[in-house]
Amino acid sequence: MITQHDIVIVGAGLAGLRAAVECVDQADVAVVSKVFPTRSHSGAAQGGITASLGNEEEDHWEWHLFDTVKGSDYLGDQDAVEIMVRDAPRVIYELEHMGVPFSRTPEGKIAQRNFGGHTRDYGKKPVKRACYAADRTGRVVLDTLYDQCLRHQVKFYSENYVLSLVFDGKRCAGVVTYDLATGELHLLQAKAVLLATGGCGRIYKTTSNGFASTGDGIHLAYQSGIPLEDMEFIQFHPTGLYPLGILVSEAARGEGGFLRNRLGERFMERYAPMVKDLAARDVVSRAILTEIREGKGISGRGYVHLDLTHLGEEKIQERLWEIASFVRIYLGIDPVYDPIPVQPTCHYVMGGIPTDVDGRVLMDEKGTIAQGLFAAGECACVSVHGANRLGCNSLLDLLVFGRRSGLAMKQAISKVEHGTLTKDSLRATEEKIKKFFNVRGKEKIGEIRQRIQLLMMEKGSVFRNEEGLKKGIEEIRSLMEHYKNIGAVDKRKAFNFELMEAMELGHQLSLSEVILFSALHRRESRGAHYREDFPVRADRYFLKHTLVFQTPKGPDIRYKPVKITRFQPEARVY
Amino acid sequence: MLIKLKVFRFDPEKEEKPTYQTFEIEADPMDRLLDCLNRIHWEQDPTLSFRMSCGHGVCGSDGMRINGICGLACQKLVKSFKEEVLIEPLPVFKVVKDLVVDLGPFFEKYNSIKPYLTTKTSPPDQERKQSPEEHKIFEEAIRCILCACCTASCPVNQNKETEGYVGPAALVRAFRYLFDSRDEASEERVALLDQKDGAGGCQTLWKCTEVCPKEIPVTKQIGRIKKRIYDAR
Repeated sequence: MITQHDIVIVGAGLAGLRAAVECVDQADVAVVSKVFPTRSHSGAAQGGITASLGNEEEDHWEWHLFDTVKGSDYLGDQDAVEIMVRDAPRVIYELEHMGVPFSRTPEGKIAQRNFGGHTRDYGKKPVKRACYAADRTGRVVLDTLYDQCLRHQVKFYSENYVLSLVFDGKRCAGVVTYDLATGELHLLQAKAVLLATGGCGRIYKTTSNGFASTGDGIHLAYQSGIPLEDMEFIQFHPTGLYPLGILVSEAARGEGGFLRNRLGERFMERYAPMVKDLAARDVVSRAILTEIREGKGISGRGYVHLDLTHLGEEKIQERLWEIASFVRIYLGIDPVYDPIPVQPTCHYVMGGIPTDVDGRVLMDEKGTIAQGLFAAGECACVSVHGANRLGCNSLLDLLVFGRRSGLAMKQAISKVEHGTLTKDSLRATEEKIKKFFNVRGKEKIGEIRQRIQLLMMEKGSVFRNEEGLKKGIEEIRSLMEHYKNIGAVDKRKAFNFELMEAMELGHQLSLSEVILFSALHRRESRGAHYREDFPVRADRYFLKHTLVFQTPKGPDIRYKPVKITRFQPEARVY
Repeated sequence: MLIKLKVFRFDPEKEEKPTYQTFEIEADPMDRLLDCLNRIHWEQDPTLSFRMSCGHGVCGSDGMRINGICGLACQKLVKSFKEEVLIEPLPVFKVVKDLVVDLGPFFEKYNSIKPYLTTKTSPPDQERKQSPEEHKIFEEAIRCILCACCTASCPVNQNKETEGYVGPAALVRAFRYLFDSRDEASEERVALLDQKDGAGGCQTLWKCTEVCPKEIPVTKQIGRIKKRIYDAR
């Protein structure tokens, strides 16, 4: 079946929904999501959204700009970062007007809290910049945007999984979806397609990401000849609940919590004398793992303590209700009285599909635009986060660039007519599905996935080196061979999750290769990418963005320059 | 420890009636029931269908009936159960396959209460002011994750004669907007809710409050809506 829409948005997290709200007044918009929209992973964001409102204390967008650039270890494109931080206050007021229930100051303004890496006066001391709704900020923004979409009658294809992008010549002209409820394939034809499919944290065993975060959109683009930018930069959030990896928001430290090792030491004082526990995430994660490596983990094991016991019950209940409930449910302890066991957990991918500042996908290092194709949110790389994202800058990224993509798509579709797609566009995907159903699989999806996840933890997480990366790539390639022998056990059509997982696994394998390959070639340490064999930043050689292209011979690497406008790279000390 | 999961199985396309299948699984007492279901799906029987996403009680995907009580599989730990756990789909909704139910009607009812802030005056340049006290009134309501456990547990929704009742989940969201000091459509909201199948459908049976995975005082909030309706008459 072929259905036409002006705009098809893949992914119903904050970027996708914000884009939908932006263009629904002038276009026929459809949002495709593999889960119900309100199940999207943006809903798991806890701590807040940054904007230099200055509601609690003096703040300026120039400070926010500097912090973001420094946080990115000077790899963020400064022109794009400037657009984002200057737009931030408008974004927050707009959300507030839509109905987002932000927490409030005694004067009735939007409340703001401290967050890692956000400082006053270019790094002097922490500043309250994160606007929040307790520790459920992502969830309430997601709910509000979903409600706005209902109000404006955006068409949703919930529980539809995108299997491929469809091209009419060089122009992206739609997507093929697999309807989970019926097992039918649909061709959704569009004048513009936005990928807003989120991250790929599920490549790693320990992750804060939901099961759906398998990097589908990133890999669909890669398969279609789009390079992937800066994929070596994978963020490990310092405080994942041990051992599950569930996110414990940086808000816990923003509200005054701190980390302690086995000896009870507040060890961050040694790693970041100025801002201590509120340093950037890459710095804190490495500090925690260094303590653990030195035998200073709690009971000599793989975690440290996040101590909130001095905050008092009232503050914890009021501002950190969700994380307190996670600790109570999953560990059976109470953060009001007990320190929380935490370990770094895979949280966010800074890299992704290269775009310009209006979400247009870029096909090469020269900036050639891929017609009809847009990307926004975690799956995209603008790049505003460079080598390391600061907390609360992600929701801002989703909203700023989700909206800008929406505006750009509205403009783009006014000059385009639907091409003539036939059912042939479905055929390749149909063949792929048929093959999966006909192969008598010897290999199990679950086993291959588990091996990827362990391998990526070992070879491609916080600490990396050449030997490990090379070995990791070899192992991934061998798993790719095993992957060819998976087949369907479940032959039924309705809610055949096995089929979706098989497709996800293909994405995960290929993205693992890209991550390790990008990491192998970056022979320096920058932001979240730390090479034990090249422990310092090497601006002379690597102040540039990685681009990995898929070729028949395997991944091919090229580079493009970083845009530097106001701040020249300096030593990064917190 | 060894745990047995007795799981509801049904494929309406091919089978006339549901069956129950028991899976045995070696689990850590701290494992979530969701981990057990996943391991069954990954290691023993890929045909078992259920929804899940975040795995920690934020997205609301894995609502199901566990030993007769609706809850999230990701919020229940193995250690709280003895030997066998009975796992069934949420009641009230039509089963599509195994533990997957048709939530279409749930979201339609949700949509029917106009779940969005409605204002008539134009917004200021900055934020609309709201005091912490005004915010606190609906603070608990914004914890709702639309998992549908409350609506599935409500005896009014379970009764075929009264199944048109909009249900507790939609009313929690209605409460959230009705009691938001920024909303300027309270008259319309009250009129919308003042119906047999609106807030009037609630018989104050407390089941919703008992099962809410986010500890929202659902029944009390519906009670406050009823009072607001009463005051407006």
